[in-house]
Amino acid sequence: MSRPRTLLERLNPATLLLLAVILSVPLVVTLDWVSASVALALEVVALVACRVSLRRILRRLAPLLLIAPLGAISMLLYGQTSGRIWWHWGPVVVSDGSISLAVALFIRIFALALPAVMLFADIDATRMADGLAQVVRLPARFVLGSLAGFRMLALFTSDWRVLGQARRARGLGDDGRLRRWALMSFSLLVLALRRGGRLATAMEAKGFGAPVERTWARPSRVGAADALAVLVCLAIAAASLAAAAHFGTLMTVLS
Amino acid sequence: MSTITEDPTRPRSSSGWRVVDIVVAAILGVAVGVIFWAFNNTVATVWGPLEAVLPGLAGLITGVWFLGGTLGGLVIRKPGAALLVELLAATVSVLPGNQWGITTLYSGLAQGIGAEIVFAIFAWKRWSLPVAAFAGIGSALGAFVNEYFLMGNHAKSLAFNATYLVCLVISGVLLAGGLAWVLMKALASAGALDRFESGRETRRAV
Amino acid sequence: MIVAEGWGWRHASRRDWAVRGASFTIGDGERVLLLGASGAGKSTLMHAMAGVLGGADEGEEEGRLLVDGAHPTRRHGHVGLVMQDPETQVMLARVGDDVAFGAENLGVARDEIWRRVDEALDAVGLDVGRDRPTTALSGGQKQRLTIAGALAMQAKVLLLDEPTANLDPEGAREVRDVVAHLSRERGTTLVVVEHRVELWADLVDRVIVLAPGGGILADGAPGRVFVEQREALLAAGVWVPGVDIPSTGSGNGEGSTAGPAEAPWALRGEALAIGHDPQHVVQHALDVTIPAGRSTMITGPNGAGKSTLALTLAGLLPRLDGRVVAAGELRPARVLGPRHWGRRRPVDSSDPGTWSSRDLITRIGTVFQSPEHQFVATTVRDELAVGLRALAAVDPQWTTQRIDERVDELLAMLHLSRIAGANPFTLSGGEKRRLSVGTVLATGPRVIFLDEPTFGQDRNTWLDMVALVRAMLDQGRAVVSITHDADFITALAQHRIHLEPQR
Ligand SMILES: Nc1ncnc2c1ncn2[C@@H]1O[C@H](COP(=O)(O)OP(=O)(O)OP(=O)(O)O)[C@@H](O)[C@H]1O
Ligand SMILES: Nc1ncnc2c1ncn2[C@@H]1O[C@H](COP(=O)(O)OP(=O)(O)OP(=O)(O)O)[C@@H](O)[C@H]1O
Ligand SMILES: [Mg+2]
Ligand SMILES: [Mg+2]
Repeated sequence: MSRPRTLLERLNPATLLLLAVILSVPLVVTLDWVSASVALALEVVALVACRVSLRRILRRLAPLLLIAPLGAISMLLYGQTSGRIWWHWGPVVVSDGSISLAVALFIRIFALALPAVMLFADIDATRMADGLAQVVRLPARFVLGSLAGFRMLALFTSDWRVLGQARRARGLGDDGRLRRWALMSFSLLVLALRRGGRLATAMEAKGFGAPVERTWARPSRVGAADALAVLVCLAIAAASLAAAAHFGTLMTVLS
Repeated sequence: MSTITEDPTRPRSSSGWRVVDIVVAAILGVAVGVIFWAFNNTVATVWGPLEAVLPGLAGLITGVWFLGGTLGGLVIRKPGAALLVELLAATVSVLPGNQWGITTLYSGLAQGIGAEIVFAIFAWKRWSLPVAAFAGIGSALGAFVNEYFLMGNHAKSLAFNATYLVCLVISGVLLAGGLAWVLMKALASAGALDRFESGRETRRAV
Repeated sequence: MIVAEGWGWRHASRRDWAVRGASFTIGDGERVLLLGASGAGKSTLMHAMAGVLGGADEGEEEGRLLVDGAHPTRRHGHVGLVMQDPETQVMLARVGDDVAFGAENLGVARDEIWRRVDEALDAVGLDVGRDRPTTALSGGQKQRLTIAGALAMQAKVLLLDEPTANLDPEGAREVRDVVAHLSRERGTTLVVVEHRVELWADLVDRVIVLAPGGGILADGAPGRVFVEQREALLAAGVWVPGVDIPSTGSGNGEGSTAGPAEAPWALRGEALAIGHDPQHVVQHALDVTIPAGRSTMITGPNGAGKSTLALTLAGLLPRLDGRVVAAGELRPARVLGPRHWGRRRPVDSSDPGTWSSRDLITRIGTVFQSPEHQFVATTVRDELAVGLRALAAVDPQWTTQRIDERVDELLAMLHLSRIAGANPFTLSGGEKRRLSVGTVLATGPRVIFLDEPTFGQDRNTWLDMVALVRAMLDQGRAVVSITHDADFITALAQHRIHLEPQR
């Protein structure tokens, strides 16, 4: 792989999930621009400290520049009214209050998306399953069963190609693009489900789901790095809330 | 050991989740997740600007995102299936990265629980079209509550929220309930669900 | 110990019993070859012994089948099963992880697991490395992978359902030797299903033959059974060792490896580079000629690129370099291809890769290695009719009635009439293979590619298959078969292409 290695790769995939959850807490319970900005800024700092290049971060956030304004506009037009009213038309009221809510929402979208695009993009499904079963201790049957299903995603692309070949070989390859696409998607799902049924049988034949304590060929561990990462994220979450409280902008769901 | 009361020459009873239930639930979750992802990048982007200026009418297409719950329930017919499939679908759709980040999972959870509660009310025994529609409504309510508290809708006006709720319910009935039911029937008649009650009720033995 | 007492099973979607009235006892350490016609219920019985047939809602069970005194569903993991279709048994993304899976489920200690994994991979001769993605394996390599997975479980009972169907002869012997070694070392109880008896006849100490209509046709030591019950076995389609294949007509025999340069040809590959993606070229600088109206055999070890070559020549897989040329009389008249992004691309009538799908099916037909990849309909009958219906849209001679007649004819020829209404995916291995061959024969293409046409066939269906191919040849069609089957090669080879893996 050409991509430089980052410190994030030392973390257990299950930890990455937890980090994203921790970072989201201050963002979803509040709606103010200070906490969102602080969280976003600290997230970027933390990522750079993990040797993720700034360019990569910016590149992955760029598409949001198109999407985030849409969320903000809705808030601008329909957010709760307070302070001076700038524009009024039917249900639309643009006021001081809705403007500041819109700004908060705009920043919040970046702060929420950033962990997801940076942490989840390169996750290996097998390692994630190992982490969820061994570290989080979710039931192994469900985790591994789901992993088997997930693996079908990896097969979707090659199945799609084979399905295209099969349809062509059977005289069904001349359909229009849309019809062809719809039919192939459906066939792909049918194929995957059938295959899943068979795979489940094969798994049972290999003793999966038997009442035996299973062992794990690939150990999934959490260590100091994971603990440190959790602490950092807790600190980021606390700092963003504290900053908002300090500047008096804190606005929670309940207020 | 508690097995002494059981006759070992009889098949092991399998009242709970079979392996095939789990695997197929996961495949459905992945498939629906891919639909979500495709939807996010096509219809939802076109709809985005409209959503931005319309008061809550955006909810009319949101039902597609509830599909995992209703479809999962209708196909697998086990307690928890709706929740599992919807949650897995949400997970798959967030893996390539999207604007909602981890909150996609919270949405999946809320919508899945909404559908699951409805199936639970019918004791996981009835799987008709009306029940599917009710499950779609359940998902819509779950989505509404989630977005009200976690996605900032509490900061929007009452008029917005009221319109939004009505639209969510309508699309939950049609896009989540109706669509899932049609899909389930199509899969069954394609013979993809032979190992499930849902697949057998329409097929005759040959 | 495995005990069956009048055991039977009927799949929920079928009216006929797959197995009925089976009674036998297999003692610990016994080595059994399970035989029977295609569709006799061998795989069903194997699944039952492994406890994976499913519950009461998936079928009806009668009589008793016990493994060590308990119902097989309570013995998951004690019985290792290699299922018939290697394509659908791969669970994990990496080769090593997939082999380890069974041992993990049995609670084997970690170090021991990896020791077993390496040992098993070594034993089946799959030396691609633990970290190789399982999606990038050829059919034969996948089969080795699943066998390795079962070996790593070190179960007391090992059930192998046609474990060598996709393997090259050397690989098949290797697998047999591993299994022989294992059963000797550890006293593993062994049940093998395999139509081609020779490979296993020396190793097993007992043969059980399922009768097609239910019950057991023969049970005993191979030497005795094959002699005493010879006629009955032959009638039931069992390959009896030492019995010659009836002489099969005219004009064949081992052809020369060099292509008949001046003879008319149907397809040619010139300086071909083939592969599934440009980064992994499987074969390059390949010059091949498919003679018109003759039978060509493509042979070579697993992973050499035989299937890839066939797909490329048949206009289904884009070539990476070089040219595929169709002979003049094969070329379609139409110069516009199918719609693509709303536009019709011009067709290079000499290149099958650009032809429309409808032009393709009357000119070049392809039977894929994995039959399931080929199925697009929900009943056997519809599956055979699909191609004809596509033709009906452009060719008025295919009326509904003619299509029906043609389909009935094919059903009878392939011994599938009884299950015409069944879903293709629920067929037995051999039935699937025959159906997939039938789908291609239906539209009568000039050139036919058959990827492993005879795997999973009993003696009778094998003979029918040879007769079918011969009929195709007599009609002047070119048939290209990819095969490891020595008898098939002897019976039909007129021209041969041998591929060795390129590095
Ligand atoms: N899952 C299934 N659902 C319905 N019918 C099935 C299923 N599996 C097998 N059958 C049917 O049961 C019968 C026995 O099939 P089985 O696969 O056991 O045969 P087999 O002896 O292994 O044949 P082959 O040598 O061709 O593999 C066949 O008629 C087949 O069509
Ligand atoms: N879908 C695929 N994607 C990527 N690589 C593939 C794919 N299928 C096969 N390969 C690789 O291409 C090579 C040739 O495969 P191919 O299937 O043509 O072999 P084969 O000669 O038909 O072998 P077999 O006798 O085992 O069927 C193998 O090394 C295999 O690993
Ligand atoms: Mg079989
Ligand atoms: Mg091949």
